[in-house]
Amino acid sequence: MANIKELSRRPECLAPGHRLCGGCGASMAVRQVLMGVPEDAYPVVGCATGCLEVSTTVYPYDAWNVPFIHNAFENAAATVSGVEAAFKGMQRAGKIPANKKMKFVAFGGDGGTYDIGLQSLSGAMERGHDMVYVCYDNGAYMNTGIQRSSATPKGAWATTSEVGKVESGKPQVRKDLASIIAAHGVPYVGQSTVGHWKDLVTKAEKAFAVEGPAFLNVLAPCPRGWRIGSDETMQIARLAVDTKFWPLFEVENGKWSLTPVKEKNAKPLEDFLKPQGRFKHLLKPENAALLQELKDDVDAYWAYLEGRVEGSKDLTSPIE
Amino acid sequence: MTEKQAFSATGNQMIAEAMRQVDPDVMAAYPITPQTTIVENYAKYVANGQVHTEFVTVESEHSAMSACVGASAAGARVATATASQGLALMWEELFIAAGMRLPIVMANANRALSAPINIHGDHSDVMGARDTGWIIFFAETAQEAYDNTVISFCVAEDERVLLPVMTTLDGFITSHAMERCVLEDDEMVKSFVGPYEAKYALLNTDDPIGAGMFAMGDCYMKSRLALRNANDGSLPIIEEYGKKWAEACGRPFDLVDAWGTEDADYVVVVLGSAAGNVRHIARELRAEGKKVGVVRPRVYRPFPAEQIVEACKGAKAIAVLDRADSIGAKHAPLAADTLAALYAAGEQIPAKNYVYGLGGNDVTNDCIHRVFDDLEKLAAGTVSDELVYLGI
Repeated sequence: MANIKELSRRPECLAPGHRLCGGCGASMAVRQVLMGVPEDAYPVVGCATGCLEVSTTVYPYDAWNVPFIHNAFENAAATVSGVEAAFKGMQRAGKIPANKKMKFVAFGGDGGTYDIGLQSLSGAMERGHDMVYVCYDNGAYMNTGIQRSSATPKGAWATTSEVGKVESGKPQVRKDLASIIAAHGVPYVGQSTVGHWKDLVTKAEKAFAVEGPAFLNVLAPCPRGWRIGSDETMQIARLAVDTKFWPLFEVENGKWSLTPVKEKNAKPLEDFLKPQGRFKHLLKPENAALLQELKDDVDAYWAYLEGRVEGSKDLTSPIE
Repeated sequence: MTEKQAFSATGNQMIAEAMRQVDPDVMAAYPITPQTTIVENYAKYVANGQVHTEFVTVESEHSAMSACVGASAAGARVATATASQGLALMWEELFIAAGMRLPIVMANANRALSAPINIHGDHSDVMGARDTGWIIFFAETAQEAYDNTVISFCVAEDERVLLPVMTTLDGFITSHAMERCVLEDDEMVKSFVGPYEAKYALLNTDDPIGAGMFAMGDCYMKSRLALRNANDGSLPIIEEYGKKWAEACGRPFDLVDAWGTEDADYVVVVLGSAAGNVRHIARELRAEGKKVGVVRPRVYRPFPAEQIVEACKGAKAIAVLDRADSIGAKHAPLAADTLAALYAAGEQIPAKNYVYGLGGNDVTNDCIHRVFDDLEKLAAGTVSDELVYLGI
């Protein structure tokens, strides 16, 4: 892939001046992912209802330098599959030149992807549209005010999974969406963060390079919802990886690979939790058992991923 | 006009044929009774290479309309079909398709809504969509379902309109019953509808657009007014294409089909397939010397208020037959619209509202006789104007 100097010269698809918060992970995810669009292809962007959409398209202002469509909350994948179908149908009819290349990308938050948009996403992935779906995962419904989603980590505070005398945040584990999409047999699935630009842009390039559906799950910290400073987004994203809370992995034609955490970088889970207001109750002595549970979950998920890597290492014929 | 061979076909078959002839760029659809045979027929055209359409077999009706919105915003000519629960599931998207001014053509095989679950014909589904901004046709026959579908593409895509159009037919009664039909030549239909080039398209990378923007109150309200004006203003344009089509194929087109209304004392207003039943009895009554008439709007949105008032003028009493109810309101939808139109025109004709044929319940000759009998009593003041559920 290109080095950071070259990347910085690529045209920006999302213009400055949009109304997202300072330190918002969503806009970083968009900029990095769209740097992965091949230079000979025109991107069209679709977006689910959410912070990203509402803050970039306040009529008559539009922060997108590329064709953009917002439809509703739960259907970014179906909407973009329609755009892609239009391209195919019109190209077949000779209404679009046969040599014109376009890339179709949908962005949704975790609420619009893990929860209300899961059916639409599953349908689009199964049908095999040539599109990249990107979930910017900030672990809650941030646009409506930090309500829990199925992406919210266990133990996290949210305004619908409160911390009180008898409850300590969200009791359930996060849904493993990347594995669910991988189970569709799509050619490419990648998980990354906005704090790992080289990893994310590389994965985006791979996602755009495949013919067919690809999925990227991008950890995109939300300063408001995570109760962190707006200058801490990148550090928190890196801590998520270094504590193994958010493993970097990818599934290429059924073959899993996991990015190991270097020993010198490895940190205890508390280092990721401590700076975030949404986890502060977990570090109190009375929640020691819950904290241990979280650590066990992290280890179990890592072991699960290692198992997938091991189980797919001898794949000779990629899943088509 | 060329010699055309008549043949037997169902309404669904005729709609599928119309869509094949128009050959849209994208069809995104999901199976649901009693619409399914439209999609099945279309899948055969796709499989046989008779169309160039990209056929998107979505996982729900919500995604069907979502994909249609995406495809239409992209600049494609787009069609789909649905019914009942499927139309209800699309409800959110119906507003979006109209609000974004996307000329999608959708067939709806009108069917009851749950609960209780029922797969048969009534207008509960489409009446739920009446305020969405879509143009809505009601076909009486399979032939009309075909004609309306062809006209729908012209109207939807006309730059003076740019609205989605629903071309409806009554579930099973019209969607599945075989009727005598005529199909126009493929080339004639293609040239009648003409090519479509979207003025604003996502796939036009020379002039990138943003579609589906967020709007605050001021812009939002202006946008909704523009939508109302476009829908209101489409009525003469529908008539223009309808008359043009009538001239091309020799079958009549009127926004409102008025039978025997010139001198009628008693008029029945009814939508869709039941109009034939009502006219059948009205003919018998005419033969007995009774001055009766039947008014059937072929277009329901925009509501052809003027034409309906004109047809009802001078009547001593009118009955409005609704195949859906608006529970909690004094009148069912067609009656509410009709009476509002008459009131606004200063016509104070006694009127009675009947709800009939829900869930495919039979509309018998006795039912229609009862309505005409009631009208004489209504004019004489010997029967109340309370809403009646007919035939139970």
